[in-house]
Amino acid sequence: MTLFSRLGPKGTIALAVVAAFLLLAVLAPWLAPFPEQGAGAPNIAEKFLPPMPPHLLGTDHLGRDMLSRVIYGGRVSLSSGLLIVLVSLAVGLPIGMIAGYAGGWWDEALMRLTDVFLAFPALLLAVLMAAALGPGLLNAVLAVAVTWWPWYARMARAEVLTLRSQPYVEAARLMGVSNSRILLRHVLPAALRPLSVQAAMDVGPALLTASALSFLGLGALPPTADWGQIVDAGRKFFPERWWYSVAPGMAIFVLALAFAALGDALRDGEQKDA
Amino acid sequence: MLEIANLSVTLPSRRGPLHVLRRIDLSMAKGQIHGLIGESGCGKTMTAMALLGLLPEGAVVAADRFRFDGDEVAGRVKTLRGRRIALISQDPAAALNPVLTIGRQMDDVIRSHHALPRPERQAKAVDILAATGLPDPQNLLRRYPHQLSGGMQQRVVIAQALATGADFLIADEPTTALDVTVGAQVLRLLRDLVASRGLTVLMITHDMDVVAETCDRATVLYAGISVEEGPVGALLDHPRHPYTQALLAALPDAAPHGARLAAVEGSIPPPTETLPGCAFAARCPHATAACAAPPPLRNAGGQSWSCHLELP
Repeated sequence: MTLFSRLGPKGTIALAVVAAFLLLAVLAPWLAPFPEQGAGAPNIAEKFLPPMPPHLLGTDHLGRDMLSRVIYGGRVSLSSGLLIVLVSLAVGLPIGMIAGYAGGWWDEALMRLTDVFLAFPALLLAVLMAAALGPGLLNAVLAVAVTWWPWYARMARAEVLTLRSQPYVEAARLMGVSNSRILLRHVLPAALRPLSVQAAMDVGPALLTASALSFLGLGALPPTADWGQIVDAGRKFFPERWWYSVAPGMAIFVLALAFAALGDALRDGEQKDA
Repeated sequence: MLEIANLSVTLPSRRGPLHVLRRIDLSMAKGQIHGLIGESGCGKTMTAMALLGLLPEGAVVAADRFRFDGDEVAGRVKTLRGRRIALISQDPAAALNPVLTIGRQMDDVIRSHHALPRPERQAKAVDILAATGLPDPQNLLRRYPHQLSGGMQQRVVIAQALATGADFLIADEPTTALDVTVGAQVLRLLRDLVASRGLTVLMITHDMDVVAETCDRATVLYAGISVEEGPVGALLDHPRHPYTQALLAALPDAAPHGARLAAVEGSIPPPTETLPGCAFAARCPHATAACAAPPPLRNAGGQSWSCHLELP
């Protein structure tokens, strides 16, 4: 079964959209029509131009090309989504693995700790964290990761629980192989597979949360372009200069939708397999 | 080498304590293959787990004597397991990780027991694999478990056990997953290793042919109790305990061709029951009123068994 037949038509389109956004983000300096403006250079003479060539999505209050701003904003938004997932994995995976493998008291203590984080409303916790840490891209990433890692800890624990009782893991233990070696050799690689699929699907929601934070002024600071923050900046000029907020808003909407559709397609494909 | 007297293991459960082992006596001399015989649920594997310190959480272990190589087992199972004692399991295919090469898995075991540089570890792996009769061990290191036959997989598992440096192997039905001819080769290998390396093997099995071919002595278990022990020849030719007699009579070979196979009537008493008297009394054709009391231990011709019956 090829990847495309597994994803189906909807999934393939979603994958194409995600890939296109990734490509735009990586190649922004070459693909954006006005790279300097995308990076933040003002061009006051052309401020608030409505969408028309050469500014396909218009310009903002400093005369910067909106299309370039949105493409550059994609770099920040996508990488914050990715970073959130990676940081969460880096924290959640070891905690879940230790809880699942050691069991008993360790399991109890670590899982109750994750429960504490899960019991707190996620966005509220992220806002509180971001406010406490102060605005900034990295702080926003950390703030969201704080609400995100417990899910990976739980998944990792569930995987490890089934792996731990695999005969080859027990056999290795009986042969006197150390726990750390067993975890690295037998448990981690097998647990990483389902977790990496989940992590890939989580980039969308993570990005959405990060955009929400930056919309609230707790994310990347100007002149760095970030979708949530551009939406917020355009709010003051809405609805007369509607394109200012709508352009980055649509970008968030389309990308989040594509990630969700891709996730659904991947899950359906897995069920087809089973 | 191994001395166990009056070992009992009790597991907690919602329906009250489970007496999985009631009264196990087992003593083994160095360099011997000792069979542990009995039907499913009689405590063969539990005895091995007690020796490996792998009983479920909450298990209560009691014994008058439980010694390995002269020292008490209690409190040092972790230093025995994987160092002095290794387990060869029933299913070699499951005991090997399907996505790692044989070389990787051998190396993991060797590196856990010997601080050697990589080339020497590899040479050691090749040596040990060759010692188990595997052809072309150098090439074997790069192979995956699914590329090997069941017999070869079992040899790799035995090689891993040897690589730990253990001198006491627990073989838990090592031939069940293999066909008869391959199983016979694996048993011969174990015999050879016992002779050449001075190993001691506890052979858990319900196959009397395996016992007859490979074991020096054997112990028969019933409901968590060791009911009879002796040299294999005497035990199989003149079983003394009624349960051993019934077990041997139930072998398909014992029945004339076309005749109905003999079976031991009834079933094992459940582990929830406490058995003050003889455990086999309920199924025993010779049972009398005396059997409600604990049976005395009898000795004759190198065999020992616990039964109220006088020798006929």
